[in-house]
Amino acid sequence: MYDVIIIGAGVSGCACARELARYRLNICVLEKEEDVCCGTSKANSAIIHAGFDAEAGSLMAELNVRGNYLMDQLSRDLDIPFRRIGSLVICRSEAELPGLQALLDRGRENGVPDLSILSRDEVKAMEPNITDDIYAALYAPTGGIICPFELNIALAENAFTNGVEFRFNTKVLNIEHKKDFYELETSDGVYEARYIVNAAGVYADVFHNMVSRNRINITPRRGDYCLLDKSAGAHVSHTIFSLPDKLGKGILVTPTVHGNLLLGPTAIDIEDRDGVNTTADGLSQVLEKAGRNVKDLPLRQVITSFAGLRAHEDGHEFIIEEVKDAEGFIDCAGIESPGLTSCPAIGERVAQILTEKIHPEEKPDFCGTRECIAKPSDLTREEYQRLICEHPAYGNVICRCETITEGEILDAIHRPLGARSLDGVKRRTRAGMGRCQSGFCSPRVMEILSRELNVSMADITKSGGNSRIIMGTSKDSL
Amino acid sequence: MISYDIVIIGGGPAGLAAAVSARQNGVRSILILERDKELGGILNQCIHNGFGLHTFHEELTGPEYAARFIDQTEKLKIEYKLNTMVLDISPEKTVTAMNRADGLFEIQAKAVILAMGCRERSRGALNIPGYRPAGIFSAGTAQRLVNMEGYLPGRTVVILGSGDIGLIMARRMTLEGAEVKVVAELMPYSGGLNRNIVQCLDDYDIPLKLSHTVIDIKGRERVEGVTIAEVDKNGKTIPGTEEDYPCDTLLLSVGLIPENELSRQMGIKISPITSGPEVNESLETSVEGVFACGNVLHVHDLVDFVSQEAATAGKRAAEYVRSSSEKRNTRGSGASDGYPVPVKAKGGVRYTVPMSITPSRMEEKQTVRFRVGNIYKNCYVSVYLNEYRIQHRKRQILAPGEMEEVSLNREQLLQYPDLKEITVKIEEA
Repeated sequence: MYDVIIIGAGVSGCACARELARYRLNICVLEKEEDVCCGTSKANSAIIHAGFDAEAGSLMAELNVRGNYLMDQLSRDLDIPFRRIGSLVICRSEAELPGLQALLDRGRENGVPDLSILSRDEVKAMEPNITDDIYAALYAPTGGIICPFELNIALAENAFTNGVEFRFNTKVLNIEHKKDFYELETSDGVYEARYIVNAAGVYADVFHNMVSRNRINITPRRGDYCLLDKSAGAHVSHTIFSLPDKLGKGILVTPTVHGNLLLGPTAIDIEDRDGVNTTADGLSQVLEKAGRNVKDLPLRQVITSFAGLRAHEDGHEFIIEEVKDAEGFIDCAGIESPGLTSCPAIGERVAQILTEKIHPEEKPDFCGTRECIAKPSDLTREEYQRLICEHPAYGNVICRCETITEGEILDAIHRPLGARSLDGVKRRTRAGMGRCQSGFCSPRVMEILSRELNVSMADITKSGGNSRIIMGTSKDSL
Repeated sequence: MISYDIVIIGGGPAGLAAAVSARQNGVRSILILERDKELGGILNQCIHNGFGLHTFHEELTGPEYAARFIDQTEKLKIEYKLNTMVLDISPEKTVTAMNRADGLFEIQAKAVILAMGCRERSRGALNIPGYRPAGIFSAGTAQRLVNMEGYLPGRTVVILGSGDIGLIMARRMTLEGAEVKVVAELMPYSGGLNRNIVQCLDDYDIPLKLSHTVIDIKGRERVEGVTIAEVDKNGKTIPGTEEDYPCDTLLLSVGLIPENELSRQMGIKISPITSGPEVNESLETSVEGVFACGNVLHVHDLVDFVSQEAATAGKRAAEYVRSSSEKRNTRGSGASDGYPVPVKAKGGVRYTVPMSITPSRMEEKQTVRFRVGNIYKNCYVSVYLNEYRIQHRKRQILAPGEMEEVSLNREQLLQYPDLKEITVKIEEA
């Protein structure tokens, strides 16, 4: 019997796990995939929103602004890259100006600091590649960019080293409310816990509806993205938004913390909760609309495209509360954009709800900091030389596009909640994320995984399950 | 800091041939830096035959062809470092590299020869929609897994792209026990050598669908199938032509890109057409004393031509080292040296290598290599000096997949007064 089971190891679930790890509680995170950060958290805009989009007075607005504020300290504690590059919402005519003004007013009401409306010339000076049609822009200097993988992984690692258990490849099939606890039937046997945190992303309504008569409904809203090579990364230096419409904030153009350029997302409501396939129509929308706000986009530099699903709840609001007719079942549902930004505040909020119920004792030995995988590129030449002397694997480059060494990959495999697949290594180190998209390094990373985890090459997967890379040996069927 | 006369970046066919040639032209102090665990580059995974017909007048496999040059490299006692990644080359030719044994180190070179080769274009570059499961490989990655490591990446295979690696892999996968269902090619013609279409597809009854592409990839964990459709002249899908192919593997052979990250970092001017450095008659880039050859310069289809080109780069780099130690008497921009004449690619010729020639510095016979942008039948390859046509050769067929060349005569160029441009073009019969 656990005190708390958290369903889902995305950013919300892992932020909750880390906050709850401050207390003497027996906590377990159940994740249906083989790793953390496999759903919505891995495929999004990687943006830390300033907080002017959500309706004033909404929980979304409150947690967005709070999450944005917390991100400086959190990124330092977790040793992850985060840059406040500022964001611009572009308006193209005087007629659109009231829309911009409304965003400004809403942002101020939400408590977003330092917002201002800039003239065409001011924007042009900041962003030479902005469209010539620009009329004015809302500037939010607190907008930022982050690596969602590293954020999610760091939250999980830190929760884990503070005692939270993680169970991967464990899919929750049914939840039953027993007298004063919950019984979870999973693909890996039965789990029991007094309290449940439902952080299941696009599946959160499914689990909510298993325990409550007050049904909620989540629609997977697909967003297609295109990622451009680092050679295009400096094309803009702020996150560039359009004026938002009903389906969201439109197609943005932004640099990433790793120096690429990201375009997207579309907003296409679908039924399939695992429907992360891009479509020709979606990709062409991205490429076309991104070009409206930013000129001369080097679209030939696209190195990959992907799609993510936002967990759009019918009321377009975060639902973070104890379910009224299911005591001890805490929803963390409807976490669509700005969910990534809000995750530290979501963790706080869930911890607050639970501690008010449980009154747990604080752990004196909780350690909220974590060190990232040593990145040779951040070191001085002397430090790097010393590192290779001590650990020669740091002198062996495996991924040549991103210059990732064997040392970093070994660290990714052997650290807490380490990588077990090519994608696991990729999200932790960036090996395979560069312009050749793992063409060169994947056989080498497979060899390292096979050697270090002591599994056969045939069992190395791209991302767990049946995603095996090789299917046999040459001529084995002849 | 350690210093060498010539540092060669890459120990594949281009780097090896350049090293051998530089040594034969009198340079003692040469170092090859190779990132892989052995010399030979991509040839090591090309175990099919057909290499060396021009150079050695016999049919060799890739590793055999590489071995000929590796043997010479060893015999000539040319130094090399394996498992060594070059991280940076400064315009002053300080090379920063790294390996397990030496850590991070710097080498000062008098001349640098770039021979880093190329990489394969990935799915992302084509914006192919669908899922992103396991089972999508670039053809070269699959080739490595099969030929060097003995693994079978898949059992039922669709190949997109009919470049040479795609064609070779269609045959290889068949020989290793997989079923290759179809090779789809976006263009109305194959980008590969005709002999490969015959020997790798026709001989195994593998259909080649021209003007077709993959428009969807199915399967969440492992590839379960792809949809192929016909495209019109603009590359747009023609509705109603979609066909589903159940398969567990998609191989991509959709183009090669010269790997010029180091060249760009050091400020070398890169041609937007070849994605390789712009070079003069000496295969010297826009940075003096830095030469380029092989697939980093422009993508070749035959390694024999890579070796020839690299030999030129090695020889010219050797001359550069010699002349710079002779206070650059014979080089530089002295009046007696003449001036660079641009070589223009026109009328169906996509590019030329070199892109400029200073007649006084060229060899007796200068090879100019080029590719055409379409299929041309019964046409002429012509060379003009200004508006004066000096060559007009009838050709039955020219195809984008086959590199072409013309040869220029030094005496003829020197005699031409007031030479402003050299033009290579295709002319109708």
